[in-house]
Amino acid sequence: MYDYLWLIPFFPLVGFVFNGLFGKKIRNEAVIGGIGTLMIFLSFLVSCGNFYALLQDSEKVHQRVIASWMSVGDLQVDWGFLLDPLSALMILIITGVGTLIHLYSIGYMHGETGFYRFFAYLNLFCFSMLMLVLGNNALVMFVGWEGVGLCSYLLIGYYFEKKSAGDAAKKAFVVNRIGDFGFLCGLLTLFWALGNKGVWTINFVEIAENAHLLESGGLIVTVVTLAFFLGACGKSAQIPLFTWLPDAMEGPTPVSALIHAATMVTAGVYMIGRMNGLFAMAPDTMMTIAVVGACTALFAATIGLAQNDIKRVLAYSTVSQLGYMFLAMGVGAFTAGIFHLMTHAFFKACLFLGSGSVIHGMHHGYHHAHLKDDPQDMRNMGGLRKKMPITFWTFLLSTIAIAGIPLFSGFFSKDEILWWSFGSNRGHWLLWLVGAVAAGMTAFYMFRLVFMTFFGEQRTDPRAKDHIPESGLTITIPLMVLAALAVVGGYIGIPAILGGANHIKQFLDPVFGKAIALNQIEAHGTHALEYSLMAVSVGIAVFGIFLAWVMYVKNPALPARFVASFPGLWKAVFNKWYIDELYDAVFVNNCKRIGTFLWKGFDVRIVDGIVNGTAWVVKGIGSGLRYTQTGFLHNYAMGMVVGVVVIVGYYILGK
Amino acid sequence: MADYLLSLITFFPLLGMLMLLFIPRDNAGLLKSFALAVTLITFFISLPLAFDDIFASSGAMQYREFHEWISIGSFFKMNYNIGIDGISLWLVMLTTFIMPIATLSTWKSVDKNVKGFMALLLLLETAMLGAFVSLDLFLFYIFWELMLIPMYFMIGIWGGKNRIYAAVKFFIFTAVGSLLMLVAIIYIYYYAVTAGAPIEGFGVQEFYQLGIPSGIQHWLFLAFAFSFAIKVPMFPVHTWLPDAHTEAPTAGSVILAAILLKMGTYGYIRFAIPLFPEALQTYLPYLAFLSVVGIIYGSLVAMMQDDVKKLVAYSSVAHLGFVMLGIFALNLQGMAGGIIQMVNHGISTGALFLIVGFLYERRHTRQISEFGGLAHKMPILATIFLIITFSSIGLPGTNGFVGEFLALVGAFESGLRWYAVVATTGVIFAAVYMLWMYQRVMFGKITNPENEKLKDLSVREIVLMVPLVIFVFWIGIAPNTFLSKMNPAIEQLLIQVKSQQVAVVDPVLPVIAQNLELK
Repeated sequence: MYDYLWLIPFFPLVGFVFNGLFGKKIRNEAVIGGIGTLMIFLSFLVSCGNFYALLQDSEKVHQRVIASWMSVGDLQVDWGFLLDPLSALMILIITGVGTLIHLYSIGYMHGETGFYRFFAYLNLFCFSMLMLVLGNNALVMFVGWEGVGLCSYLLIGYYFEKKSAGDAAKKAFVVNRIGDFGFLCGLLTLFWALGNKGVWTINFVEIAENAHLLESGGLIVTVVTLAFFLGACGKSAQIPLFTWLPDAMEGPTPVSALIHAATMVTAGVYMIGRMNGLFAMAPDTMMTIAVVGACTALFAATIGLAQNDIKRVLAYSTVSQLGYMFLAMGVGAFTAGIFHLMTHAFFKACLFLGSGSVIHGMHHGYHHAHLKDDPQDMRNMGGLRKKMPITFWTFLLSTIAIAGIPLFSGFFSKDEILWWSFGSNRGHWLLWLVGAVAAGMTAFYMFRLVFMTFFGEQRTDPRAKDHIPESGLTITIPLMVLAALAVVGGYIGIPAILGGANHIKQFLDPVFGKAIALNQIEAHGTHALEYSLMAVSVGIAVFGIFLAWVMYVKNPALPARFVASFPGLWKAVFNKWYIDELYDAVFVNNCKRIGTFLWKGFDVRIVDGIVNGTAWVVKGIGSGLRYTQTGFLHNYAMGMVVGVVVIVGYYILGK
Repeated sequence: MADYLLSLITFFPLLGMLMLLFIPRDNAGLLKSFALAVTLITFFISLPLAFDDIFASSGAMQYREFHEWISIGSFFKMNYNIGIDGISLWLVMLTTFIMPIATLSTWKSVDKNVKGFMALLLLLETAMLGAFVSLDLFLFYIFWELMLIPMYFMIGIWGGKNRIYAAVKFFIFTAVGSLLMLVAIIYIYYYAVTAGAPIEGFGVQEFYQLGIPSGIQHWLFLAFAFSFAIKVPMFPVHTWLPDAHTEAPTAGSVILAAILLKMGTYGYIRFAIPLFPEALQTYLPYLAFLSVVGIIYGSLVAMMQDDVKKLVAYSSVAHLGFVMLGIFALNLQGMAGGIIQMVNHGISTGALFLIVGFLYERRHTRQISEFGGLAHKMPILATIFLIITFSSIGLPGTNGFVGEFLALVGAFESGLRWYAVVATTGVIFAAVYMLWMYQRVMFGKITNPENEKLKDLSVREIVLMVPLVIFVFWIGIAPNTFLSKMNPAIEQLLIQVKSQQVAVVDPVLPVIAQNLELK
């Protein structure tokens, strides 16, 4: 079975080439969408086969090399794939959620002029993402890493005639490139450092085997992992590189669901998981990751409290949830981080697709009434639960899951992370506290969203309000499947303390077990402590929901009063703490200023000034010397006389 | 046949030029077709070189031809001495590959004095090929100077508004460097003769073995290095480039960027570094520094350009910075990266100049602000432009990445670690200026009514671009085709440099010795 690993990225590539080349001519949406969806579904089938084979297999690490890519001296890079429990889980998530989102897109993108383009890009994205997770060395991973960045660029800029879309696309790519700078530096340092120990490799398996050659906790390991972490910050929208993700919502909603929630943005988490052996050796880096993750989780949650655009709320929520995953990785809870990655993929994809369904309906209503209102503004919604029952119920289930209510998937993964951030020997109670507060905020803003959208009075323009239909089957089927997963997806990771077997932990143990044991990472604490922490975090979440209920259902006038009493704070939060403005002022404008100075000041004034100045001097000397060549005989005779006088005089006086 | 293959390739364009002179000057179509046929035939007869497996196993010079040419008494001897190794192989191939494309690009853009233009084009091809295959320093110098003349006229006669200034600037910059190099070449010969070395003419491989004393090496190295630095161009002697590029006609810009600039980098590899390995040790950190400055500087200045062509020209300064950094790493990866990046730059930047040319032919402007929203009207151009843009940015899977990555790996492994880190920030800036430009030209709504009637690429224009796009992916995905044939030559070169440096231990900067120990 493993010999067919290459088929997994290959199918979407075929879909991309087919739709990219012929899609425009075909024009038939059923064919284009059908091929796109079929290709990723075939990948899903092959992934299932490989996953099953790996479950049965006692040997958990399999590599397959297709061809040599670069071969220069010590640097030997292959086009090679790696299947182990971690990548097996990832390919299932990517192809599974990917198939559902492709299916959804057939309905959602219906009638778009760029329909073929959209499916081509979506397939290309899946190809890149699968390369990213399946690559057996850091460079193939980097191909996928930048490939998903490219697709993200193309899909955010899908509505390229809108300036905001073009800007957002460029911003996403450039900010990601800052991260890629980190990735490259980490890779170069690692290659050199291991090479100095006699092992020239960038192969993940060999890196893991030889990581012990480097000094544990030493400078090199710390630098390498910090550099890689910078890369992760870019891709996974962590502080300070998170600003691109909210803007990325300019892309069509299925893109937000697939790329900017379920898969691509989790690549940073995956990368840390992939190199856990190195990261575990660098406690300083781990601490940095945990702190950055916790801060991001809290910070993004605060911004999410005040947004009115339904997709923006979800975007900040994604940033915040990614923060949780990094917090997990930072405190050594690798399994919990990957577990949350998975459950988040289910519920957040469902939430985004649900919001898409709402937007679709709103758009339909406005279109019918020939209105130009914003179909994404929650202030125009309300009371939609009766109009869109399936969307509502699936959305509600996913919201409960993300809020961390027991028995739903998000509870298990989030609770595991919070427990480790408190109890791990790489954790701290402050990290737990930040995480718990952010969890409360999450519950609040998510239920605020639900209440504003689905409950209360319908605030939609009266001309449009009766023309908001429930979406069709291609849209609702993925919603129902994802909602079901959002509910039950957590059951593979029920911890022992709640009487579960924690299957996912056992499954991932071949990947993480060694590093955790070697570096003695463990979570301590009595059962009583674990239960009480659990109770507190659930309590905070319930309180958040209650507060949202009071403010947006019971007494809808309350938020306005709150805004009126804290105008400054509200403005700062609403404007995302002015981070974009700060970056523009500090980095963007100064770069432009320096560029202009170098061009007009240095190139034109100094270098060309010297050149033109030299020309001017030469010209001056030339025209001066012209007088020595007048062509008149008496002038030359005069010169000779003066010369003779000088020479003779020199000899006479000199003697 | 094989004995004279290299001469045939080199002089076939010249032969073509002579025949072209018999075509009536008003028959523009025939002149262009004929020139295209000549460049195409040159390309096809050069193809066997690329398929010759000898380069994968031997780093020595192949296809050697040696004839005594000029001798003045017993003192001055100069020979027709040519040959290629796995390094010059790819530059010869790049030249024969780019020339038909450049010729085809003139179809609509050159209508003034077509005969003169085509003649110069063919003369230029011979000069460039000659410079790449010369193994006699004096012969090299002749071809080197011969290149200058056609390019000068191409800019000066067929160029844009400011063409005279640009042409003179180009000529003076290059000529100043050339003269210094000429003095240095004569001095090496003089030294060799007076030292009683057993030399036959200006054979560069014999000069490698001279063991010139270090005091003399310094001056000679500086003369060569300065001359080549202008050609590359390296910061701060790059200012002729934006003017020359902007004013040159499309074919001229393509040739200038794709091939002529490579003379400078090639000059370092073939002459400046192996002839004066000792002096190199002293100046290497400074040159590496200038390379890195070039990367950052070129990027920042490119970012602020409002003229598309100038933007691409400044981006060349940045790209060539990567090439030089790779070369100065003086190890296998770095050199291979530098050389493959030379080819890459020829492909990607050549393609960018072609695209700018397409836009210029349609709108007669190069101001970025004049465009916007072109993706609506020109979807094929939008796609090709996007591929080339990302190749220029160095997206993995395209050629740009392979070159940059290898150059960085090489620099990192050598003593140039910090230079490599700074150079890596170039990947950020490249994305900024290229994507910003792409966005302003292709994205958004069409605001300028002039752009409403734009036509997408014609079949001829697509034919021009497709080969370049193929190589973007070929080098990106399977670079071993090229790497395997350059590795032996690079190894040989490094051994050559190393052997000269072991004799002299420089305790101050043991950069090179350290690199080679790592192997």
